[in-house]
Amino acid sequence: MKEMTWSEFFSMGGYAFYVWGSYLVTLLVMGGEVVFLLRRKKSLRAPARRSLENRGKQ
Amino acid sequence: MNGPPTLSMFRWIVVRDLTLAWKGRVDVLSTLFFFLIVVSLFPLGIGPETQLLRLIAPGVVWVAALLASMLSLGRLFANDYQDGTLEQMLLTPQPLYLVVLGKVVALWLVSGLPLTLMSPLLGIQFGLSSNALSVLVVSLLIGTPVLALIGSIGAALTLGLRGGGVLISILVLPLYIPVLIFGAGAVDASILGSGGQGSLSLLGALLVLALVFAPWAASAALRISLE
Amino acid sequence: MNLYKYASPASFYPLAGRMIPWFAIPAAILFVVGLYVGFFIAPTDFQQGDAYRIIFIHVPAAWMGMLLYVLMAVYAAIGWAFNARLPSMMASALSITGAMFTFLSLVTGSLWGKPTWGTWWVWDARLTSTLILLFLYIGFISLQASIDDPRRADRAGAVLAIVGVINVPIIYFSVQWWNTLHQGATIRLLGKPTMAPPMLGAMLIMLAACWLYSIAVVLARLRCIILEREQNAAFAAEAST
Repeated sequence: MKEMTWSEFFSMGGYAFYVWGSYLVTLLVMGGEVVFLLRRKKSLRAPARRSLENRGKQ
Repeated sequence: MNGPPTLSMFRWIVVRDLTLAWKGRVDVLSTLFFFLIVVSLFPLGIGPETQLLRLIAPGVVWVAALLASMLSLGRLFANDYQDGTLEQMLLTPQPLYLVVLGKVVALWLVSGLPLTLMSPLLGIQFGLSSNALSVLVVSLLIGTPVLALIGSIGAALTLGLRGGGVLISILVLPLYIPVLIFGAGAVDASILGSGGQGSLSLLGALLVLALVFAPWAASAALRISLE
Repeated sequence: MNLYKYASPASFYPLAGRMIPWFAIPAAILFVVGLYVGFFIAPTDFQQGDAYRIIFIHVPAAWMGMLLYVLMAVYAAIGWAFNARLPSMMASALSITGAMFTFLSLVTGSLWGKPTWGTWWVWDARLTSTLILLFLYIGFISLQASIDDPRRADRAGAVLAIVGVINVPIIYFSVQWWNTLHQGATIRLLGKPTMAPPMLGAMLIMLAACWLYSIAVVLARLRCIILEREQNAAFAAEAST
């Protein structure tokens, strides 16, 4: 039986906090992982990347 | 000319470590006092009601035993590492497994065993019956060697690292959990009347497993830490 | 094609870079599809109401946490046994994502437990084992973080991971034992609802999505690790001239 209206959907049968809370945490944690990874990559210096690429071509 | 035969090497290591422990007996005793103090903290924190204390006694004594065992690990390899003896031990033709086992046995004789012998006194403080007390002693007798063996792996991995004792705890305490469950579980079962034999035999199985694998893993870890 | 050339970090680096979009984009798509099926097609559960829909992330996260630990141990063991750097770096890259999923499964498990069983935390066998798994991850990550020499960190991590992976079944068994010993609360805790096909489908799609996500993220982290080690090696070389 599907939710009939959007307000029913958002309230998740009264469990909105738990359900949406879970998915919000998921978004924060997974998104955080990606963000941290991007920052980690940015902090690496270009020379390292270049020297690695040079070695890879050999 | 070969080095000393294997068994007497083992005996030599045990005797040597025991002698060193005797020289630094203040250290050894303080681990024991730590055990006593920690156990006594729980009634102070929870209240003197006998029924409650009797219920929590197995868990409390066992957790304190875990923590005390962990504290004692700092003594296992660190001193020999610092004065270079450990490197020499790595170079002997005897299997490193026996060196590690010898040191663990010596460590247990000096911390795990006294702890086990003290436990009846603490059990009485918590109002345990004599039946439960005897199960407590047996569980610690089998379990504390396992703790020392598993702990030796952590001590070997963290040789010379900053972060010291806390790092060993993080590594070793999760691995201690099955020992805790079976050890305290045996005493719990005897209090409830269902008999602790099942848990005790599982504890015994852990001991056998640990005797076979732990010194090997610790030896590998020592080589990794020292190269 | 000679695959062995990719065993060197330097040559795997660009390959990993090309691989990432092939996993990241399908992952994103599958997340959307899975959530759609889970929220719009799967019916409301008879017993648990709509709260059960948390399992679409909780269960895949728990499985990924366990899967990645085993993978981490396998790669670490390979790196140690063959004295190869890349598998060891892979193990380190896996550790953080694995810990993340394990943590996520604990949080979502707690949020699922509260409306379903009334408390924020329950000491049932599965949640307790997951908590201990998180401790094992933290131990591995802390150990590697405390060791400066990368090869020592690799090998020490391998020993710890192997010991850990042998212990996981022992820990799981002992927690089950512990649970049956203390049968006070006889609630069949955190049981999944009887699974209508869309529920199962949504869960499997989400699992696949998490799997693809993991590959993408781990490869990206692996590339960072490769670069960092390259950088440190270059510094060391410079410092000694």
